[in-house]
Parts: sequence; C-alpha cells; structure tokens
Amino acid sequence: MSGPKGLSNGEVPPQGVSQPVSAAPVIDARNLSIRFGDVTAVNDVSFHLDRGELFGFLGPNGSGKTSIIRALCGLIPLSSGQATILGMDVHRHAAEIKRHVGYMSQRFGLYEDLTVQENIRFYAAAYGLSTQALTLRIEQILELTSLGPYFTRRVSQLSGGWKQRLALACAIIHSPEVVFLDEPTAGIDPVARRSLWDLFFELSAQGVTFFVTTHYMDEAERCGRLGYIYLSRLIALGSIDELRRQPEANPPGASRINLEAPSIALLLPRLRRFPGVREATIFGRAVHALVEDSALEPLHAAFPQLSIRNLQPSLEDIFVTLTYHIMKGEQG
Amino acid sequence: MTPGEPSNAAAQTRASRGTFFGLRPVARKEFTHILRDPATLFFALLIPIVELFLFGYAIDTNVRQVPTVVFDESRTQQSRSLVQAFAASDTFHITRYVDSEPAMYAAMRSGRDRVALRIPPSYARNLQLGVTASVLVLVDGSDSAVASAAVDAATGIAMERSIGLAAATSLAGAPSGPAIEVRPSVLYNPATRSANFFIPGLIAILLQMMIILLIALSLVRERERGTLEQLIMTPITPLGLMVGKMIPYGVLGFGELCLILAIMRFIFQVPIHGSLLVLLLMSLPFLLTVLGAGLIISTRARTQAEAFQLAMATILPSVFLSGYIFQISTMSALFRAVSAAIPATYYIQIIRGIVLRGAGIADLWINTLVLTLMGTIAILLAAFAFFRQHSP
Repeated sequence: MSGPKGLSNGEVPPQGVSQPVSAAPVIDARNLSIRFGDVTAVNDVSFHLDRGELFGFLGPNGSGKTSIIRALCGLIPLSSGQATILGMDVHRHAAEIKRHVGYMSQRFGLYEDLTVQENIRFYAAAYGLSTQALTLRIEQILELTSLGPYFTRRVSQLSGGWKQRLALACAIIHSPEVVFLDEPTAGIDPVARRSLWDLFFELSAQGVTFFVTTHYMDEAERCGRLGYIYLSRLIALGSIDELRRQPEANPPGASRINLEAPSIALLLPRLRRFPGVREATIFGRAVHALVEDSALEPLHAAFPQLSIRNLQPSLEDIFVTLTYHIMKGEQG
Repeated sequence: MTPGEPSNAAAQTRASRGTFFGLRPVARKEFTHILRDPATLFFALLIPIVELFLFGYAIDTNVRQVPTVVFDESRTQQSRSLVQAFAASDTFHITRYVDSEPAMYAAMRSGRDRVALRIPPSYARNLQLGVTASVLVLVDGSDSAVASAAVDAATGIAMERSIGLAAATSLAGAPSGPAIEVRPSVLYNPATRSANFFIPGLIAILLQMMIILLIALSLVRERERGTLEQLIMTPITPLGLMVGKMIPYGVLGFGELCLILAIMRFIFQVPIHGSLLVLLLMSLPFLLTVLGAGLIISTRARTQAEAFQLAMATILPSVFLSGYIFQISTMSALFRAVSAAIPATYYIQIIRGIVLRGAGIADLWINTLVLTLMGTIAILLAAFAFFRQHSP
C-alpha cells in the first residue's frame, strides 16, 4: 500500500507509518469522554478510521462533533479515554500531530484582505514549508483546486465556493495525512458543494484520511462510513448498508412505506393519529411512514385514495428513528 | 506506540520548532495587513497628531511639596533659619542638602529635585551689616506650573522675612532696601512655556493609546473572524504569534514617535536638550511594554468592542496617575504605588528628562530597566494566557 504519494513530491515514501499501514488505524479513538465542568460534551465515544477513508460524522448542533475534532487535534483535553492519530497520542504529541493534520472549519480561516497567493504562502510558512518545497507544492495545489486564475485576487472578491477551495488549499498545503473538515460546505451552492466533494474524493484516493462533519444527508451518503452522535453519545457507526440493517432502523413487525395522494399534507395529522403508525413525515408530495405490519390493511381500508408502496429507509429515516429510540430510552 | 518518523509531510517541513516558531510568517502577514489598508494606517498615524495639537496646550495644576535641594554655603544660624522657612511652607519639600555646585545641578538635571536653594557664604554677614543678602533660587522650568509657583513662593518667603528683620532692626537705623532678596533663575525652560512641559508627556500618552489599540484589535479581529482557530491548528507557537504580531506594530509605533517628535521640535518649537538617539533607544522598552499590554488585553477581550474599551481603560490612569498632569510627589501613598505600576510614569520621566533637562543614561537607566522588565513580563504573561486558552 502506498501513502498519499500524489499529494507530495512523490519522492519520499512514507516511512514508519507505512509498514503496518493496513493494520494500524490512522485515527483510533477509544472511550473518549469530554466534560466541561458539569456538562458532558462527549460521552464514551469509540471509533477508528483507516487510511484513505472518508468518514462522515453527523449529529445535531451541540451534540459534540466539534468537541471531538478539537480533542483529536489536541486543542482540548480528554476527560477520559485515549486517542491516537498516526500512532501518536493526541495529548502527548499534540505539537507533532499538528504537522500531519489539516483542519478546515466552516469559518474558513482565511484573511479576506490578503490575496489567494498570500494566504497560501502564509499557511505554508506557518507549517514551516521550505521555499523549494513550497514552489512545487503551490503548483500541485493550484492544479488540484483550479485556483490558478485567482492566484493574485483578494479573498474578499472570491465567491463562497472559491473561498472554500482556497480554505482547503490552505488546510492541505503541508500535505497532511489526516484532514478534519468541520461542516466544510455550510452555506454554499450545490454545484460548488459537489465539486468540493470531488476534491475530497481525489485526495482520499491518494491516501488522505478525511473526517467530515455535515448536516447534509446527500453528503453523508457519499461517505464510506458514518458515525451519528446524539446527546454526546455515538449511537450509530458503520457503512450505510450496515446502518440500514440495524434493528433499530428497521423495527421488527413494522415496514417503511411511501404514501401518495393529492393534498397529502391535509391527511398527515390523521395519519399520525392512526393506530399502528409510528412515524410519518412529508417528503415532497408523499409521506414516508413507519407502520406496524398489522396496521397496513386497516390503513388501506381507511384511506382508499392512498397509493402505498414499500420503501428502503433513507439515512435521514435511520437517524430520525435512532434519535426517537434514544429519546424514548431517556424518558423510560 | 512511537510516532511515525518523518512522513512525507514532515520531510518537507523545516526542522525549526523553536519557542518562536511562526514569528516571521506572522510578522510578514501583519505587515501586509497594515499596508493593505491605507485608510486605517493613515488614521492610526493621524489621530495622535491631531490630538497632539488639541491637547498640546497648558493645563494648570496646584503645586505643593516641590522637591527641593539646598546648597547652604553660609552654614550659619541665619541661613538655617531661612531653610526652615522654606521647609515650613507647603510649596517646598527639602529633600537633601548638597555641598557643591555640581551636586546641586546634578540633582536638578536628574529630575529628583525641581528647585534648588543656594545660600551664598556672605549671607549672614550681609544681614548683620544691613546690606541686602541675596539667595539664589534655581527652578526647573520644564514644568511651567511648578516653576512659576516656586518663584512666587520663594519671593514671598524672602519678603516676609525681610519685613520681620526690618521690624526688629528699625531702632538701629532703617536699611536701605529689603534685607533678603531672592534671585530666581529658571533652568531648562527659561520661558516656562507650558507646551514644553505637556507635549513630551502627551507623546507618551498618545503613543500608548495608538499601539495598545492597534495590536489588541489585530489579535481580537482574528478571534472574531475565525482565523485564530485556524492559526492554533498550525505549529505556530504562542510566543511566535505574539512577537510576530508585535514587530509590525512596534515599527509603526516607532515611526509615529519620530513623526510626533518632529512636530514637537519644529512646530511647537520645543527643543530637545538631551540626545535624540538616547531618547529613541529608551523609547523601545516603552514600546515593548505597551505592545505587551495590548497583547494581554487581546487575550482577555472576546470582541473588538471589548478590546477597545479595555484599551481605553488603560488611558485614564496613564493620564492622571503617571505624573503627566498631577505631580506624583503630592499623591497619597496608595496612588504613588499605583503610579509606580504604570509604564507611562517611567516613560514620561524619560522623555521629559531628555527633552527638557538634557538628562542622559546615567539619570534614567533605572526607568529604562523597569520598562524593559515590565515589557518582558507583559509579553510572557500574554503568551502564557494564550497558551492556557488554546491548549489542553
């Protein structure tokens, strides 16, 4: 297995980390807990990422996503548990880890009054890149991000999508093996979003490991593996197929169905009250519902105008179901 | 598990990971910020100049307990009695006795004493002979208010004693003139222009205001805009960041200092009696201190508005408790202690000493040392506070 060769000069093969590359996870988090005073931000979270993986991390705002990233980057202490990045303890080797990790937040961290070039050069110097290494690296980065034509433009003149590309360029200027992206596409248009994700995939194919938080389900579906954090706890972890097969997502004796009818919105309250209907949400002109199998026949009888067909649970369905599941557990 | 040896990323980076790592890129970036925004730069430089013109004129103050050195060449009961009269007045405070002319001038030049009372050897004899006995009162004119009050008070004391003596000797024959005559002589600022006194102090205040504000805002702006979050993900060290930020604003402050000094010299016509080079060199520790103070503010303030308020809060004590307006020697012990903790106190002594009295390194090295220490401590404190905020 090769390291992220295309990213760097290509001359220097990764050593040390390269031998057990398939065995040793790039990020290994074990029983992480983070407390701020009395508040538990992260509660007993474990996961690991392999080289080149694109891991999607989802959860409502304030569920602990950013805290985990900050802890993994060595910016806040772990209250308990242990985490390593590239085999280095995140607490003891925080300074060393910074050189191997890229970070991009939704706030970009760009200097708007400086040009694209000045931003890139500043971050390159901040990571200690030598002048020769930089010349080569800038060429690669410009080719990768297509920022070339904007090189001497001030950041304040760029659109959101280009700013994001520049933020990514700055975050990976030092050829990091691991990149944390904290809601990288918040508030930009779908086309720019898609092309940014294409960039992530390109880098990931070169061996860069991505840890991405997002609220967008379509982005989540593009991730190889997903984690879902709710109320500080990691309540789901795995590939989309694995999540779909989870018993909580597909309760026994119940089915997901798609209901269609004219003016379906008017029917929603009655559907929700109908015995045996566990969840019902509007999707466009249809309702997605989780219905007990025994209630299917009576439903048909009560609403003859509905056209009903079976449905694969979507990611959102799965997370919503899991969330309800936890909420009920908390209450009971 | 041991950390992986240099991977390709690390192989590209330089080996330097010193305490000040990141200083150069931060300084370069900060210079670019400053030059990129000429309007801000212009106003940052202009505002102190405008204020210099606005506040460059006199503010009168009460004068009490002026430190006074006595050079008594007469050493008689009569001369001691005159010194007593000076000591008894509220205006003078006898701090020391010297027995040579150079010692008397040295005490004045160093700024320790503002008034010198010199009683000539012939004093007692002239009194006995009924001839007018002259005494010399040297006044430090660099503080115009002190100078004129001291001259008035000394003349008053002499007059009072002359009348007393006249009454006692009237039977023996009336003297031809007043028995005691005060010959005032104003040193350093003969015209007792208040501008000469206030402008050097004002320079300290304006410089402090400008620099604290600029550097505090520059770091807090990064916090507000989220670039600080990105910076702390890089290997830049707290000290590298702090010192990297200080250099451009230090250069800016130094430029402003030169500009204001030029205006003081050529527009307000305040001559610089000491060495300009020494003054500029001794300004560096003060710049260091205010830069450090700005950095400390930037670690406390969350928003630019907060930073602005905190920066302004440092100005009032520097105006009222630094000796800029009120004499430190007349303050209560508490306020004297506060004034000793204010950097401007030391710098105002430096700048007044050099500009007005021609004082040199020998007179002001302690001030320079204190400022250097204060500045170093402030920077270390700021870096430490920053480190505490941004690391586990």
